[in-house]
Amino acid sequence: MSLDHAAVRHIARLARLAVADDQLESLRSDLERVLHLFDDLAAANVDNLAPLAHPHDQPLSLREDVVVDTDRSAQLLALAAASQGGYYLVPKVIE
Amino acid sequence: MNAQVQPAASAWQAVIGLEIHAQLSTASKLFSGASTAYGAEPNTQTSLVDCAMPGTLPVPNREAVRKAIQFGLAIDAAIAPQSVFARKNYFYPDLPKGYQISQYELPVVGAGRLRVRVDDGRVIEVEIQRAHLEEDAGKSVHDAFHAETGIDLNRAGTPLLEIVSAPVLHSAAEAVAYMRTVHTLVRWLGICDGNMQEGSFRCDCNVSVRRGSDAPLGTRTEIKNVNSFRFVEKAIEYEIERQIRALENGESIVQETRLYDPARHQTRPMRSKESADDYRYFPDPDLPPLVIAAADVARERDALPELPQARRERYVAVLGLPDADADQLCADRATADYFEAVLAALPGQAKLCANWVLGEVAANLNEAGIEIAAAPVSAAALAELLARLRDGSISGKIAKDVFAAMWAGEGGADAIIEARGLRQISDSGALAAAIAAVLAEHPAQVADYRGGNEKLLQFFVGQTMKRTRGQANPQQLNELLRQKLAAP
Amino acid sequence: MAALAADLAAGRRSALQLADDALARAERAAALNSFIRIDADGARSAARAVDAQRAAGAALPALAGIPFAHKDIFCTRGVATTCGSRMLRDFVPPYDAQVVERLASAGAVSLGKTNMDEFAMGSSNENSAYGAVANPWDTARVPGGSSGGSAAAVAAGIVPFATGTDTGGSIRQPAAFCGITGLKPTYGRVSRYGMIAYASSLDCAGVLARSAADCAIVFDAIAGFDPRDATSVARPAEATAALLEQPLAGLRIGIAREYFGSGVQAGVGERVHAALRELERLGAVLVDVSLPNAHHAIAAYYVIAPAEASSNLARYDGVRYGHRTAHARSLDELYSLSRAEGFGAEVQRRILVGTYALSAGYYDAYYLRAQKVRRLIANDFAAAFAGVDLIAGPTAPTTAFRLGEKAGDALAMYAADVNTVAVNLAGLPAISLPAGLAGGLPAGLQLIAPAFAEARLLNAAHRLQLATDWHLQEPAA
Repeated sequence: MSLDHAAVRHIARLARLAVADDQLESLRSDLERVLHLFDDLAAANVDNLAPLAHPHDQPLSLREDVVVDTDRSAQLLALAAASQGGYYLVPKVIE
Repeated sequence: MNAQVQPAASAWQAVIGLEIHAQLSTASKLFSGASTAYGAEPNTQTSLVDCAMPGTLPVPNREAVRKAIQFGLAIDAAIAPQSVFARKNYFYPDLPKGYQISQYELPVVGAGRLRVRVDDGRVIEVEIQRAHLEEDAGKSVHDAFHAETGIDLNRAGTPLLEIVSAPVLHSAAEAVAYMRTVHTLVRWLGICDGNMQEGSFRCDCNVSVRRGSDAPLGTRTEIKNVNSFRFVEKAIEYEIERQIRALENGESIVQETRLYDPARHQTRPMRSKESADDYRYFPDPDLPPLVIAAADVARERDALPELPQARRERYVAVLGLPDADADQLCADRATADYFEAVLAALPGQAKLCANWVLGEVAANLNEAGIEIAAAPVSAAALAELLARLRDGSISGKIAKDVFAAMWAGEGGADAIIEARGLRQISDSGALAAAIAAVLAEHPAQVADYRGGNEKLLQFFVGQTMKRTRGQANPQQLNELLRQKLAAP
Repeated sequence: MAALAADLAAGRRSALQLADDALARAERAAALNSFIRIDADGARSAARAVDAQRAAGAALPALAGIPFAHKDIFCTRGVATTCGSRMLRDFVPPYDAQVVERLASAGAVSLGKTNMDEFAMGSSNENSAYGAVANPWDTARVPGGSSGGSAAAVAAGIVPFATGTDTGGSIRQPAAFCGITGLKPTYGRVSRYGMIAYASSLDCAGVLARSAADCAIVFDAIAGFDPRDATSVARPAEATAALLEQPLAGLRIGIAREYFGSGVQAGVGERVHAALRELERLGAVLVDVSLPNAHHAIAAYYVIAPAEASSNLARYDGVRYGHRTAHARSLDELYSLSRAEGFGAEVQRRILVGTYALSAGYYDAYYLRAQKVRRLIANDFAAAFAGVDLIAGPTAPTTAFRLGEKAGDALAMYAADVNTVAVNLAGLPAISLPAGLAGGLPAGLQLIAPAFAEARLLNAAHRLQLATDWHLQEPAA
């Protein structure tokens, strides 16, 4: 697997990580090395195997439909760097 | 204005699929114990889970799953014995985790179908590809702040059932008829309050056009978050015309997400949406597969109410009601149940009951702006009134007056009839006296009638009714009048 | 720990004295950098509360008054929780993790929060935004990771036990490097509620202590169903502490030949074999077993864990908590700068790798295939456990390496996880035990059990520790 700069920029964009131009090449070669590690997956014989997403075949546990959480907005908003009038604030978004 | 009937567009076929988001009416959210009540102060119904506090985990709401199963059974779909919650990854400020928990490859409800009556009288069968559970996002408030957007996470995590139709609708009218049918069904089942103003029922419309029904599907656009039947109709009509015009001008359609602007009745591209989204769906590692036992499905199936379509068909086939009456009665379950309760007290009088429910009751509800559940005249009270009408105690006209009094809270039908002395005069002696007096007062008209002007019968009916203050039994009055007028 | 508990019960020492002593030891060992935050006031007030209860004649659990430390990945109400990251430098959680609640209600006295690799991503503790941790056996060496601070604090004798988390070996490998005992329970045995996520289908809370017996007491306190974690296992936890003493006669221990490959340092291999001979002497039967796909575990793990992490860490966007850039002119910049400034290099690398593995066009070849390899590895274990009760091997192929030795080489670092990651992929319980010194540094024996067989694991480990003194060896002060 080889990666070019455009691919690195695309992934970084999907992950919302700013990458400076002068970091791009070292990041690219780093990632490429890690991706080479994954070539090993192709060598495993996984014919007829179902993917395993959860370690045990346990069913999902559900909760009853009961309201147990009450207003803690003051506490939550105090953790935010920017809030006003009960809202979290972000730079203006245009739809 | 239907694009299909425009001459310039006659060669074009529109292809429409709807993704309807029905908010499931649970008390708490899909994955947290915060309330789903509408209209609270911002972020006061935001739990640690809803704001994606580090370390918190989602736990699904059993009631939301039950409601999804009920919908699936109602559209005759298979309920997946095992379905999978998946993460849809994208960044947006109203999406606190950076992903939405949805269902992707294995939805809880598989393919089903729904019969839809279009306004022009046609009945179409609409294929529903799937319905899946997912959480709603929060709300962005753009106009309250100067250079910022405010984020309210009260809605974040509210349970939604996304109902995905196949692209089998071919006009705005069909799309709206389908949407109305789904709207009726989810309210009928009691799984969604259907409140479109509050966003409890909204839809994304996928629209494309092609030259004739055999051509390959054209490039589609998606109109996001339309929340009224009228807007859906307008948005789709606009979009069909826009696409046809563009193609006829040699332009191509760009696959994109668009927003409907109700003020201008136009759609426009959504700027904040990226052209090439890559949502990186994968099974949510916090949530093992949702396993639904056959016994649970059977229990829901047994508890399912008679569905609107079945009930409509029964009203026509068994009760002999006209299609239009059956349609209107079955537009919502409360109306249909009210009708049935009235009918239960008056066996065999389906048409009479329907007339009153769709006539006086509906008109008064409409005027008062209330739902039938809040009607001041109960089904039992209406049945009492109609029984007096049936046994000839009062006339139809008097019945309407009594109904108005009942609506105004003056009591039950019998009490009002007694108190006002409205019981019909069916005593032929008393009636004969009244008729004799009327004929004596109007000798010229009597002569005229006897000379062949039989239309004057209504004049004598009116005069006698006036004299008896409307209490004459109309049938008996007609008969007696004819007799007296015939005998010179 | 039993001695401390006896002292407390007999009134020879108070919980406050134990807390003060532990705080003083932490002070003296500050150079190890094993703590990110010490909460002396909180510790003293918790200790006083236990002393008051005891004075009032209350019957108290075994852990009441015992000082310990939490890995800084567990949310603690009112006490900053950084997860080793600049992103959460000032984050003070408004709630307690389930593990924190459980230990608090058992009366254990938390001294503070231990250092760790950022978001638990690392095998050396060098990826902490709060500086590397030194190994008490040789301060020029790493303590292992990601629970390096917890391991160093226990090995240095600051606290008798500490909590940890294990996603690919993050309890067992530092336990091995620091010469202590580390238990990674079955996936789902201990609630993940309030434990900051790295890779949700692999993350597991556990304990690092001086002995298997101590691990058993702590495990019994923290294990059990929690309705706030949908992956929590709804089966009653057995009290493992009560089953520690059973004889090992007839216990079948599988020697996985794949765990003794060419990468294993000779001294480590010798120590592990010595430990196995001791188990045999205690009545265990040693059997050769094979885990033929063991070598695929690294690749599968380093696809699955970063993929899950790339999604789990998307919530750190500068909006609701955590680092927010001062330089954003737009929403996009708010996201990409806050995240680039808040996350360290290894975390960013794993987020990018994981994003790539899930992205359109690569999902099947990477993520989906890794999940199938995961099944293959789980099947290998299932087949092996059909014939044996436990599987044994070295926890890590080497003893602790030097600080900086692998810091520039992510792949070499990843390769060192070869014996631990498969256990997480299969969701099994495992324990790392001291097996004596190799070249003056601790070597670790790993025992792996079938799902939910923690009692068997702890029983074998305890019997071995009754017969040997490797776990009692301490680094020179």
